[in-house]
Amino acid sequence: MSAFAGSEANETFVLNLGPQHPATHGVLRVKLTMDGEYIVEAEPVLGYIHRMHEKMGENRTWAQFLPNTGRMDYLHALAYNHGYVSVVERAAGIAVPERAEYLRVITAELNRVSSHLLWFGAFILDLGGFSPLLYAFDDREHILDLLESVTGSRLTYCYFRFGGVYNDIDDNFVAGTQAFIKRLRGRMPMYHNLVTKNIILMTRLKEIGPISAEMCRKYGATGPVCRGSGINFDVRKHEPYSIYPEFDFDVPVYEQGDSMARYMVRMDEIEQSLRIIEQALDKLPEGPVMADKVPKILKPAKGDYYHAVETARGSFGVRVVSDGSNTPYRLKLRSPTFSNLSLFGEACRGMLLPDALALMGSLDLVIPEIDR
Amino acid sequence: MIDYLREIISGTWSLFVGLGITIRYFFQPVVTVQYPYQTLPMTPRFRGHIELVKDEETGETRCIVCGMCQKACPSNCITVNGEKREGVKGKVLTEYRLDFTKCSLCGLCVESCTPKAITFSKDYNLAGVRKEAYIFDLKKRLEAKNR
Ligand code: SF4
Ligand code: SF4
Repeated sequence: MSAFAGSEANETFVLNLGPQHPATHGVLRVKLTMDGEYIVEAEPVLGYIHRMHEKMGENRTWAQFLPNTGRMDYLHALAYNHGYVSVVERAAGIAVPERAEYLRVITAELNRVSSHLLWFGAFILDLGGFSPLLYAFDDREHILDLLESVTGSRLTYCYFRFGGVYNDIDDNFVAGTQAFIKRLRGRMPMYHNLVTKNIILMTRLKEIGPISAEMCRKYGATGPVCRGSGINFDVRKHEPYSIYPEFDFDVPVYEQGDSMARYMVRMDEIEQSLRIIEQALDKLPEGPVMADKVPKILKPAKGDYYHAVETARGSFGVRVVSDGSNTPYRLKLRSPTFSNLSLFGEACRGMLLPDALALMGSLDLVIPEIDR
Repeated sequence: MIDYLREIISGTWSLFVGLGITIRYFFQPVVTVQYPYQTLPMTPRFRGHIELVKDEETGETRCIVCGMCQKACPSNCITVNGEKREGVKGKVLTEYRLDFTKCSLCGLCVESCTPKAITFSKDYNLAGVRKEAYIFDLKKRLEAKNR
């Protein structure tokens, strides 16, 4: 990073990044106070795509909120499905059949890989490289086809239900997923040769946009952002849910805290997700995919419940308060990107504008999920 | 100094490696489909807008106008109307209106229907210039299909 050459005369100007800007990947506005090419202050302005998901949840039955969960983070919709169904299952005391849990893990991990692939393409696009996006989309397309064949949709899945999943997988899906794992494993060296080892990428990411572990803790950053700063925290490992404890996988952690570290965390996570899927397919038990005796009209017992899941962007938590009726009394969604974005203002102070954009890309922002 | 030179050489080499990969991919078969000249078949579970199922025996709808789908829909897309007719047990469907502009294709209606009277269609390339074009009368659609 080049040194901050602030001028004495205090001549700054305000630059609006967004709300419509290719680098913000959505309607996010960042008010930048600039001194020449250097950022003096950055203030994210949120709310352009606020849809009141929490309030919507409080005005409809428990089941009717299910489709909303996929619309918050459209890139890793299944994890959001998972968080919401898990908290309601906890509240209503529904036991989920084992096979359904396996299917949830397999599909959610596939979805995580597709999310990381899209992030990979879009991030390199932010930095000015176009071809990797096309290669990543080629691989991602295979995942979307696989998920479409079981869930019926390609992006905003609504596949999980209270007590299980919507429908079972078939042999084609199993064979297709195994073939895909092989294919992606074969392609990863190509990605590393094409992108990771590229000198332009390295100079644009190494030691750029440092985020300390301290800062992550201060703003509550989770996911690859905190793991790129040396904090070993993954909800799947440290607050285990579903059947994750049964699988053998590593949590990639990098100490450097720069954009390169966050990049590497995600690239390594793709491989770890593939490992989980592989093990899950091997161990996949037979049985029903839906609990019997799930009441049609759900009325969870009075109480306050919380459940967190690890999404591609970090820890997503759902808190529901039930008053025993057929609608939630309070629904609170803790979205990871909101916390991850919050540190942007502090982290990019004194940075060159193009470096700050690289930092922003490395945070992997999904705007509808920040605003909810 | 040596490090500096080494970095220049390895850096330049990394660019050539990348170029080699893109050139290799350039000569590989195309992976995209030339839509709309080519199309892919929809998967059996593809969720298009809902439609009424034709009962194989009677050739009519199986809907018993219970209104469960209407109640299950999160976005109030469905309006079902029926009437009592003499000599017929239960109600007869007179109108099944779907406001597809608000539908999120969640499938809760299909799941809630006990007689399995509705299903997903495979229409995916809908196009229209007015909002009204997406307010379907599913009963009329079924009748038109039967004719
Ligand atoms: S479509 Fe099914 S759920 Fe809806 S009114 Fe008819 S029978 Fe009832
Ligand atoms: S698919 Fe969902 S949103 Fe669409 S009509 Fe059925 S219940 Fe309503």
